[in-house]
Amino acid sequence: MSSLTSALPPAQGTGARIARWSLYLILLLFAAYYLLPLLLMIATSFKSPEEIRTGSLLSLPRDFSLDAWSYAWNRACIGADCRGMAPYFLNSLVIVGPAVIISTFFGALNGYALTKWRFRGANIVFGMILFGSFLPSQVILLPMAQTLGFLGLAGSAGGLILVHVVYGLAFTTLFFRNYYVSIPDDLVKAATIDGASFFQIFTKIMLPLSLPILVVTIIWQFTQIWNDFLFGASFAAGGAQPVTVALNNLVNTTTGVKQYNVDMAAAMIAGLPTLVVYVLAGKYFIRGLTAGSVKG
Amino acid sequence: MTLQTPSYRPAAGEEAAPGSATPPKSGGLRALAQRHLSKLVVAPSFAAILLFVYGFIVWTVYISFTNSKMLPSYELVGADAFSKLWRIERWYVAIENLLIFGGLFIGISLIVGILLAVLLDQRIRGEGALRTIYLYPMALSFIVTGTAWKWILNPGIGVQQFVRDLGFPGFTFDWIVQQDTAVYTLVIAAVWQSSGFVMALFLAALRGVDQEIIKAAYLDGASLPRIYWGIVLPSIRPVFMSAFVILAHLAVKSYDLVVALTGGGPGYASDLPATFMYEMTFRRNQIAIGSASALMMLATVVAIIVPYLYSELKGGKRV
Amino acid sequence: MATLSINNVRKQYGSVEVLKGIDLDLTDGEFLVLLGPSGCGKSTLLNMIAGLETISAGEIRIDQRVVNEVHPKDRDIAMVFQSYALYPNMTVARNIGFSLEMRGQAKPEREGAVRRVARLLQIEHLLDRKPAQLSGGQRQRVAMGRALVRDPKVFLFDEPLSNLDAKLRVDMRTEIKKLHQRLGTTVVYVTHDQIEAMTLASRIAIMKEGVVQQFAPPQEVYERPANMYVASFIGSPTMNFVRGTLSAEGDRLGVSIGRERNGFLPLFQAPEQAGSWLGQEVILGIRPEAITCYDPAIAAGNPALVKVACGVNVLEPTGADTITYVELNGHEVVARIKPSDRVAEGGTADFMIDMARANLFDPKTEQRI
Repeated sequence: MSSLTSALPPAQGTGARIARWSLYLILLLFAAYYLLPLLLMIATSFKSPEEIRTGSLLSLPRDFSLDAWSYAWNRACIGADCRGMAPYFLNSLVIVGPAVIISTFFGALNGYALTKWRFRGANIVFGMILFGSFLPSQVILLPMAQTLGFLGLAGSAGGLILVHVVYGLAFTTLFFRNYYVSIPDDLVKAATIDGASFFQIFTKIMLPLSLPILVVTIIWQFTQIWNDFLFGASFAAGGAQPVTVALNNLVNTTTGVKQYNVDMAAAMIAGLPTLVVYVLAGKYFIRGLTAGSVKG
Repeated sequence: MTLQTPSYRPAAGEEAAPGSATPPKSGGLRALAQRHLSKLVVAPSFAAILLFVYGFIVWTVYISFTNSKMLPSYELVGADAFSKLWRIERWYVAIENLLIFGGLFIGISLIVGILLAVLLDQRIRGEGALRTIYLYPMALSFIVTGTAWKWILNPGIGVQQFVRDLGFPGFTFDWIVQQDTAVYTLVIAAVWQSSGFVMALFLAALRGVDQEIIKAAYLDGASLPRIYWGIVLPSIRPVFMSAFVILAHLAVKSYDLVVALTGGGPGYASDLPATFMYEMTFRRNQIAIGSASALMMLATVVAIIVPYLYSELKGGKRV
Repeated sequence: MATLSINNVRKQYGSVEVLKGIDLDLTDGEFLVLLGPSGCGKSTLLNMIAGLETISAGEIRIDQRVVNEVHPKDRDIAMVFQSYALYPNMTVARNIGFSLEMRGQAKPEREGAVRRVARLLQIEHLLDRKPAQLSGGQRQRVAMGRALVRDPKVFLFDEPLSNLDAKLRVDMRTEIKKLHQRLGTTVVYVTHDQIEAMTLASRIAIMKEGVVQQFAPPQEVYERPANMYVASFIGSPTMNFVRGTLSAEGDRLGVSIGRERNGFLPLFQAPEQAGSWLGQEVILGIRPEAITCYDPAIAAGNPALVKVACGVNVLEPTGADTITYVELNGHEVVARIKPSDRVAEGGTADFMIDMARANLFDPKTEQRI
């Protein structure tokens, strides 16, 4: 994708140069605005409590210290439990892994069936699934809490996995469906004549072509589920809580002296996985966003 | 929601057969299963959605017509919960906040996002890096970034103190602890979070505009700002619609943001419907009223989404 | 190798009838071309023969066996798609061998068969490439190879050449013809290109709005079109249609197309029913190559040639011959003359019309008389 104005000749002269410099200045100022909170978090997480009290908000850490990180990781108190963020980080991993895999798998199958083997009412089915991505979660909180209790999944990682799979289906189905729509039907016809079955066509032809959308979907689901707070806060109890809920508890319920460096380190720990994924595969994340951006 | 996804490559074909591969019927149980395989494959997901989305909506509707308090009761008492809801002052605060927050959040995000998209479209060196920076907040949970914002907005240690230390002792920026301004801090943080996304949407759309049109306008002597204002932006009108719908529905659902930043406080001055619902349902033992408020949120989202989805799926016809 | 018969086949989507009772019978080894504009139902019919679309009514037989309910893979057919539909994730060799793989054939046999077909199509050097690395013509060959490898009873082609550039299209067309001559397999070939239809077909079925207009060998379709639609669909420039009245001059029947001196064009071999049309309005159809510059030597030897004087409006030289727009009694018609003919724009010249090649149509039904 090339810039829209690349079709035009560049402007010349002093006025144009001034305009050019101010353009960059504005863009850099915005960059600073977006970066500031993150840099602040990182800088503060490496400072000692004294330095935070005495130093300036924007200063870099003088004595670079990892104490806050290690404290946040394995000694900070989440409620009455003083094992740090580590067990909750693990909880999030346990929830995210299966939830991403299962929701992506069903999304791919749905997308395949809804585009390449359209049945009567397929569009209505798709529309009804799609609507799920806009649903305000508040509407289902109470029935879900009851249902999880009924299923014996209340407060467990299993329960959260179920919740994330169900409400992730709308997105995964949307992603795959829109991707598969653009794969020529002729491929399926040719494979049918060649003697491949429904599932053979899926595994031997569609899936090998799906790598880009697979990456988009996995990154999207990973980010969404890792960052989830509402479901975690509503359906997970005590030790089974995901990392975002633990972070919120840590930051908002610390008694005694507030350890801002620990708060920031804990926030970084909770944010690092999605941040790393974003830096490594931002392109795919953006594709997911523009393809169906809805955040719960 | 923009309904396009990364595409594979356009299918050629002047006479694309309507429908798609549907092998003919043949007898036998196996064949029967084969013929309905497509439906069978979608069935589990569809059943889950039917139950967990539509079934639960019905369930919540039912609950809202009971007088459930701490536990759900299933005795219908009419629309009591709704009339109670609309007599609670805190609900009005939440609604008013939603209007203020939503209006400012959508408006400013659109302005910032479009501005950044247009500026980034001027053959900028390092465009990729800047784009990455503008958009990264979308990848983080608000519970995470809220921790930083809370610190920045905290009068005792954040921006206020920083400016005072610079030699302006009279400087005040304590919105987050003031009843009537706390809601604006939500706007600051929410715009920060989402405007990069609006930028990405518009940048993608700008890149899709036909360059010939720009050339023609340029040859006609139009200035660059005029070209953007008069030709480019009008030609990507549908993106405004998409961006508005997404932002509006994000605003209605905002929850993490409030919890992380203000906790709805001071008092309940910065409550939004989402936090109100949670408070009623899980802390105040007013399940019926909580359900009623959730349905109000649903109604708002439906009012925004359904016409949009309808026009998208109808007009798009990309089936 | 097989016969193919299509009996009163219909296709409906909801209340829309796309195919309205198609009847076609092919003997073994025939090359049928389904010709028509987009939306005429030709591709739908092909898909139904392939088994990719259900049949609403009627039946299709391949080698006497009714295949309405038979799965595509069991019909012993192979298909070449317009988009080629090569599997992008597989090498050329695997693409060609995929149908054998699906039928559980052992690897060595499969490789042998793939090699044999690759040699036939001269694509052996491409076997390890992916489709994305091939040119349009090479993809086309691979698509054919995929169809050939199973040695099916019937080949189905769905506009296989329409994605190629003009030169390659002509080459591949010839190649398909050679291949058919060599293998002798029954072929059904869909196209909207009349030249492809004329050059390849043993019989053409011209379709319009779900109905077969004419089903006949190419030359017959060209010379004796069943109706004005067929007449105008085939041939370029299209056939001239001139409105006139069927009349008699002495004992000769002819068409009067005006009151001026050469307004009466005597028919050479009047159709049997022509008598009953006497005095009524008819449409005279004349192909451009039946109107040429008057040459006394030729005219003397052929009684069907009628001399007319015409005003010359426009000349369009194409190299091989010159397309000429002339005024025939107030009707503008197109003639095909030799570049050597001395005719000037704006002038008047003598032309001759070969009435043996004229067609008469009913102005109301547009059917041939």
